[in-house]
Amino acid sequence: MNGEVIIPLLLFLMIIFFVGFYASKHIRSTSNFLQEYFLGSRQLGGFILAMTMTATYGSASSFVGGPGVAYTMGLGWVLLSMSQLATGYFVLSVLGKKFAIMARKIRAVTLIDFLKERYQSKWVVILSAASIIIFLFSAMAAQWVGGARLIESLTGLSYTTALFIFAVSVLVYVIIGGFRAVAITDTIQGVVMFVGTLVILIGTIIAGGGIGNIISDLTAENPALISPFGSDQSLTPLYVSSFWVLVGVGVVGLPQVAVRAMSYKNSRGMHKALIIGTIVVGFIMLGMHLTGVFARSVLPGIEVGDTVMPKIAMEVLPNWLAGIVLAAPMAAIMSTVDSLLLLVSSAVVKDVYLNYVKPEADDQTIKRFSISVTAIIGVLVFAMAVKPPELLIWLNLFSFGGLEAAFIWPVIMGLYWQKGNASGALASIITGVGSYILFHSLMPNAFGMHTVVLPVILSLMAYVSVSLVTLRHHQEVQAEVYEKLWSA
Amino acid sequence: MRKTKRFKEDARYRVANREALIGLVLVMINFALWFGFAYGLGSKPVEEYSYIWGLPAWFFYSCIASTVLVVVLVMLAVKFLYKEVSFEEEDEE
Repeated sequence: MNGEVIIPLLLFLMIIFFVGFYASKHIRSTSNFLQEYFLGSRQLGGFILAMTMTATYGSASSFVGGPGVAYTMGLGWVLLSMSQLATGYFVLSVLGKKFAIMARKIRAVTLIDFLKERYQSKWVVILSAASIIIFLFSAMAAQWVGGARLIESLTGLSYTTALFIFAVSVLVYVIIGGFRAVAITDTIQGVVMFVGTLVILIGTIIAGGGIGNIISDLTAENPALISPFGSDQSLTPLYVSSFWVLVGVGVVGLPQVAVRAMSYKNSRGMHKALIIGTIVVGFIMLGMHLTGVFARSVLPGIEVGDTVMPKIAMEVLPNWLAGIVLAAPMAAIMSTVDSLLLLVSSAVVKDVYLNYVKPEADDQTIKRFSISVTAIIGVLVFAMAVKPPELLIWLNLFSFGGLEAAFIWPVIMGLYWQKGNASGALASIITGVGSYILFHSLMPNAFGMHTVVLPVILSLMAYVSVSLVTLRHHQEVQAEVYEKLWSA
Repeated sequence: MRKTKRFKEDARYRVANREALIGLVLVMINFALWFGFAYGLGSKPVEEYSYIWGLPAWFFYSCIASTVLVVVLVMLAVKFLYKEVSFEEEDEE
């Protein structure tokens, strides 16, 4: 591996580093540590909001895994990936103003703060915090493994060394800079992702002799590659459509995305983010997956899907440019794990420690505690990622869909349906996570749809029916909640 | 829960509820365009495909043209339908 590829990567890491130091200045001067560290004092503008949402959402799978599958399956997989366009405008429209206004009324800093005030139930808080900590911890570890593998393949360093470099660069800025550092670095990472996508797409099209040429290559190899049904005809319309639940509308239930819907400064910022977010998500998803398909004509015969992106970048671009393009998946992974790290830390500090262990802690204690918890979690993830245990790999399988099934209804119905209550939310969380794990293990892709679909439907039914049955039981609490959250 | 109406509901919520519905409508339009073009034009045998910019027509319309159209719709919705509201607490007791 040569220096020309590594230099842009190193430069990228250094810039990220400095941003962390810059953001840590705000932490020192802030009057409310918790709001600043976990939410950037709700000061995000439109562009940063759009970028931190997209970058947090776009992970290793958008840049490495997804294009690898597209390489094998053809245009049908690009079609499937475009269901993600909805995340750009749907999350902000649905959570949008309601969540921002309510969160301000109750001074919520985390998603669980909101659930706590909305449902007034200890068990809702404990179950939600547990799901966030367990699922996101494993998701984070899995992304770290991906990040380290990428550095390993690009630089030729050993896996452990690569993991160490990756861990140190993420940990430093998250620990000292908090949410503001995460949001600003996400913005830089988002720009890198956007530019990287553009460059690699154009490079691949030129190397393949134009789009027409590439498509006729693919048709000659296997006509199904350019059909919507995938190279082996396995992508049914129902299956592909069910991804609208998993990666389209269901994203509303992801805590790392939802928390961003309360971090913005004003509605003008939110409006701008709606537009920018849609454009950026649409472009990145289309560009990366299309590159994966086109790569098949330029470099046929790649066996391991995850190596398609690095190989095609090295093949079609000059070295220094490949370095910049390969900083994109690195950016995607970093921008996802930094948010997860902070979120898991906020669940421990704010949702568990301050709620139930030591509510009277003073600002200085909270500060010291938050920073140490973030650091400890980071070190734990590192330790796990060195040799990932089976349990963690298993848990990671559920982290995306499981969290969606758990949180989508307690959040959405909590915002829009006044009759929803604590029993309903509990039933919904338990049904969502429980049935997801059951379906995944016993009946994956039931009835030809992605596994996530049925648990989402079941958890909605649980939420509504249990809320209605226990209506009278919760009457008094609900009246208080209604007054607090809904009154002008 | 009875609405005793001892207080007025936050007026900003009407704006918020409306925008959530607009988001839902946008998703449905998005899905219909995406699905209709992909399987409407893409289900025939590959030999009968027509091509635009070198890409199969179903792909061009469902993944590129529809994406552009949805972005335009989002822009129009934001410009004409979404309202700016203040997030500051209006009257702190």
